[in-house]
Amino acid sequence: MHMADALVSPAVGGTMMAAGAGLILWCGRKLNRSGDDHLVPLMGVLGAFVFAVQMINFSIPLTGSSGHLGGGILLAILLGPHAAFIVIASVLMVQALFFADGGLLALGCNVVNLGFFPVFVAYPLICRPIVGQARGGGRLWLGAVLGAVAGLQMGSLAVVIETTMSGVSELPFKSFVALMQPVHLVIGLVEGVATAAVAAFVLKARPTAMAGVSGVSSRWGVASFLAVAVLTAGVLSWFASTRPDGLEWAMNKITEGKEHEAPGSSVHGQIAAVQESVTLLPGYEFRAAEGGAAVGGAEASNESSRWPAVSAGRSVAGLVGGGLVLLISGSIGYGLRRFGALRAGRERAHGFWKIR
Amino acid sequence: MGFGRYVEVGRMDDLARLDSPVHRLDARTKVLTTVAFIVAVMSFPRYEVSALMPFFLFPLVLMNIAGIPSGLILRKLMLAAPFALVVGVFNPLLERQIVMTAGVFDISGGWLSFASIILRFILTVSAALVLVACTGIHRLGAGLIRLGMPRVFAVQIQLLHRYLFVMTDDAVRMVRAFEMRSVGPSTPRFGVYASMTGHLLLRSLERAQGIYEAMVSRGYDGTVRVMSPTAIRFADVLFFAGWLIFFIAARTWNLSLLLGGLITGL
Repeated sequence: MHMADALVSPAVGGTMMAAGAGLILWCGRKLNRSGDDHLVPLMGVLGAFVFAVQMINFSIPLTGSSGHLGGGILLAILLGPHAAFIVIASVLMVQALFFADGGLLALGCNVVNLGFFPVFVAYPLICRPIVGQARGGGRLWLGAVLGAVAGLQMGSLAVVIETTMSGVSELPFKSFVALMQPVHLVIGLVEGVATAAVAAFVLKARPTAMAGVSGVSSRWGVASFLAVAVLTAGVLSWFASTRPDGLEWAMNKITEGKEHEAPGSSVHGQIAAVQESVTLLPGYEFRAAEGGAAVGGAEASNESSRWPAVSAGRSVAGLVGGGLVLLISGSIGYGLRRFGALRAGRERAHGFWKIR
Repeated sequence: MGFGRYVEVGRMDDLARLDSPVHRLDARTKVLTTVAFIVAVMSFPRYEVSALMPFFLFPLVLMNIAGIPSGLILRKLMLAAPFALVVGVFNPLLERQIVMTAGVFDISGGWLSFASIILRFILTVSAALVLVACTGIHRLGAGLIRLGMPRVFAVQIQLLHRYLFVMTDDAVRMVRAFEMRSVGPSTPRFGVYASMTGHLLLRSLERAQGIYEAMVSRGYDGTVRVMSPTAIRFADVLFFAGWLIFFIAARTWNLSLLLGGLITGL
């Protein structure tokens, strides 16, 4: 769920970049003040561990697929939140620069989604209060799984919000949420179980490996977890209600009288939501018709202003020009390469004679 | 997810060690120019396709001057494409208003914005990859520190990069040992996975302790010093200003459309 540059608008990317940079600065200052200089190599090696561990997969029974460790919660358990955040940010940066996973402008988004939520929200408020001083057993497992699930759920929700606010994707907020959250619920469960197993193994072998387990007492932890849950639910419902989605409205008008969905348990609700998102897709032509005729809202006026007239001449000119520009760019590049090779060759020959 | 991906990281380092006019530029110049490029590309409205084309000049010119093989960049683009594709592919399904006709084909707004997403993806990702391939992680880190990045973070990136190969080798050896001693499916059961990963983690903790002791015995006092030998020269100013003018021009006027109009006379 790495955001790519292509999915973020400069405003969203810039804002998140500022947030991410601020967090890195803050964590860096905290670490400097702690004066714990043996953390420096440990952080570097654990960052490399996060990459290396992806080489090992385990088979998930009955599914035929395989999973691997993601790392956020495990790093927080081993290093404490501040150092863990810096490590995750560095992993994301290396992924963006060397593997083309994510992007430079989207780095802020990714750092917040995959670093801030697991390390500064899920770990201190959910994982640490539940785990407490446990070195294994039920509490460790429960804490790690819940922490990983909560971290990923918040992260994937943030991905949806950022993408929607960037306005690059056409996917409506609700169906995007319905696609992302269940997938990341499964991923979070797998990751949580893997995290717990590895943490239990290492803590048994080396009980001193765990950082900062003391701190927030569990009562405060539970209270703040509830606060966050309420807040999240509030924000979610606000988004759901402030974006009623002209299409949904149209669909309801059209399919009036037909059965919709049976509200029930949350699981049922989620399945229904997925179903909804899948079955709604073909119906989206209505949107075009709507935008053209009835609604006349911001969207329609936007569209018509952006495309004042469908002019064949303009389209052809754009196509021809675009192709030509690409061709010119390519040949400039090729020319430069030939020129460079020629010069390098001459220099090499020159150097050869000089040495002789 | 194969070992190939990690070998290709080594490939990027080899490229960074080459020498070319682009390699000789200061890291700060290249970082700022690349950021300006990405911001310019991302600031286009969502249906823009033809105006994005002139921006291919930047990565193509840099790649060719620096001698970076296009195959490497293409492979990395393919590996990273799925997420942008998944998010973008809904646009043609969801938005079907016809906004443009090319001969007998009607092109809907959704297809245009999809094409736009893909183009932006190719442009931004290749620019970032080219930046690393012609700068290298060490000069890049030094440049970023001088641009105001916290030292802790820059050092962390450099250490992570250095131990990436070592740790990955460790993991690959472990997987190979497991595969040679097992019959049947090559992915371990969960219990085995936990113990393998746990051992890998224990090894990394021990390695970190060893590295720390080695650093202390060589005079490490809590700050890692990063060498940054380059300085801003006239070529840097020229490079940055030249590209900036080009980006602004290409962002303000649709160069493709102007050229196309000139050629076709429409």
